Amino acid sequence: MKKILLISAFALTMGASVPVMAADAVPLPHQHWSFDGPFGTYDRAALQRGFQVYKQVCSACHSMKRVSYRNLSALGYNEEEIKAIAADVMITDGPNDEGEMFERPGRPSDKFKSPFANDKMAQYANNGALPPDLSLITKARPHGADYIFALLTGYGEAPAGEELLPGQNWNKYFPGHKIAMAAPLSAGSVAYEDGTDGTVEQYAKDVSQFLTWAAEPEMEVRKQTGIKAILFLAIFAGVMYRVKRKIWSKAH
Amino acid sequence: MASGNRQKFDNPVIEWVDSRLPVFTLLQKEYGVFPTPRNFNYFWNFGAIAMVMLVTMIVTGITLAMHYNTSTAGAFDSVERIMRDVNGGWLIRYLHMNGASFFFIAVFIHIFRGMYYGSYKQPRELLWILGVVILLLMMATAFMGYVLPWGQMSFWGATVITNLFSAIPLVGDSIVTLLWGGFSVDNPTLNRFFALHYLLPFVIVGVVFLHVWALHVTGSNNPLGIDVKGPQDTLPFHPFYTMKDTFGILVFLIVYVAFAFFAPNYLGHPDNYIPANPMVTPAHIVPEWYFLPFYAILRAITFDIGIPFTDIVIIPAKLGGVIAMFGSIAMLFILPFLDKHPVRSATFRPWFRAALLVLVVVFVILGICGAKPPEGLWVPLAQICTLYYFAFFLVLIPFFNKKEPVADLPPSIHQAVLDQCKACAKA
Repeated sequence: MKKILLISAFALTMGASVPVMAADAVPLPHQHWSFDGPFGTYDRAALQRGFQVYKQVCSACHSMKRVSYRNLSALGYNEEEIKAIAADVMITDGPNDEGEMFERPGRPSDKFKSPFANDKMAQYANNGALPPDLSLITKARPHGADYIFALLTGYGEAPAGEELLPGQNWNKYFPGHKIAMAAPLSAGSVAYEDGTDGTVEQYAKDVSQFLTWAAEPEMEVRKQTGIKAILFLAIFAGVMYRVKRKIWSKAH
Repeated sequence: MASGNRQKFDNPVIEWVDSRLPVFTLLQKEYGVFPTPRNFNYFWNFGAIAMVMLVTMIVTGITLAMHYNTSTAGAFDSVERIMRDVNGGWLIRYLHMNGASFFFIAVFIHIFRGMYYGSYKQPRELLWILGVVILLLMMATAFMGYVLPWGQMSFWGATVITNLFSAIPLVGDSIVTLLWGGFSVDNPTLNRFFALHYLLPFVIVGVVFLHVWALHVTGSNNPLGIDVKGPQDTLPFHPFYTMKDTFGILVFLIVYVAFAFFAPNYLGHPDNYIPANPMVTPAHIVPEWYFLPFYAILRAITFDIGIPFTDIVIIPAKLGGVIAMFGSIAMLFILPFLDKHPVRSATFRPWFRAALLVLVVVFVILGICGAKPPEGLWVPLAQICTLYYFAFFLVLIPFFNKKEPVADLPPSIHQAVLDQCKACAKA
């Protein structure tokens, strides 16, 4: 009796943790990611390709203001490459000794340069829609990378009877389906330096992985530390179990 | 704590200190030889586990406070800075974030144990009430802590929950203004929540001290719920329970750190990684999971209570919900005085046991209802569960007082343990 109740309570709790979906939401296809699971790691080549997609496509509208150029070392770029990437942008700095703001090339310590000076300007340039900052996007949406991949590949014609306003696009996976962002990726639009095929799926997959890294740069060290912590605790618990048994044998 | 006839320690340094301030005598008495019933099961680990979680929360919390920026402009950024740029910052923050959840898990199990084995009954009423005070303080602390990262759920959760106080007649609006420090949730709100979030854990430590003190006056209850009759019923706390608690704590920590390292955001809400924006309301505002059953009780009162066949409303639905929510905690406060049945342990009370286990299931269902939008079948389901929650305390327990048969109890803990051992040996 007690056991059945406990099991059903457990089953109910597990059921409760499945996130609520809007009635018309399409279930997200689950992708296989190299960073899944307790031993998951990022795929450096995919991260570099994803960064390339971000730089050449996404960054035209989306900022990523919590990531610095120096963080790119985690993608496998060396110091010279990072300096060159940073120097590609001009950063407004100052005021200088004369009290003037001035432009200078970016440095590795700078945060990624935002495409717009402020949110108002971003909205003005995008028909009133604000392109969200992408630093935390995979943590800020249910199902993170799966959602980003689905969104980027979920564009299509609006079904009959659905009216799209100017500046709206139909996306199978966007909550409410009407999204201000036009399909950003098209086959061949980014020429990969490593020769990987430039399909929309490939771009979406790579940039989703890159965005996951941007949101959780600590993931690899976190999981590796976790394995060690659990191993330590499990061994310690095993020892304590034996100690407890030994001591309690005197009491029985 | 006075040291009338103190035993001498062999170590001269310890002896020097102890003869001037008998802390070692105290430790020896309360945690060394302290007579503890010999028949505890693993449910009795959760007091020590809760204590470990409290210390973990305070240590990680103070460290986070060293890097946190208490302003609406800087709070979210400072938390992200902790996650990205502070050495080990992600670890400290994830331990703190998930620690809150696991502190509540430990305390919920601890409370269940107290209810199941009748630990709230005479002579432990005050011990139980101090425990409920700790629960209330924890809820206040956790709620204010969730506001500090200043994400969307922080902001909107704070707005919804503080607004509840406006349901109080006459003074409600003034109370809300006082809580906010203004006319909306804003910088002054964040500042006072941070100050209180830092203060309350130390108040909890104080009440925990009283809780443990009261425990050491009455002694522990045990799974049989019968009184300790002599030394053959007890074991010294050390090493028997220090070692058993250590093992239990380690097993609990494995589950806790598994979440912190491998699914750190599983128990949180994605919207809290979007900076707070007073202009955009999230589609669906939900509190942290450990508040969901109480949130469901709050939302279950969807009707005004008034004089039938007239338009006179005595308790509007909103006030009714707030009363029900606080009432659900109030039930725990008065539980020792509601339950007059002479038998403590549910082991010997089949009626009470069945009703209590149903209450556990109802509490879980309420949690699910709290997570769902208040529409469709979820509303009547939450209402039925709320009805059961209150009926358990106000109808079933008084009924059991009168009608539930008083079972024959084992003569002593010692005898029961011996009988159990014989039974094991035969089988």
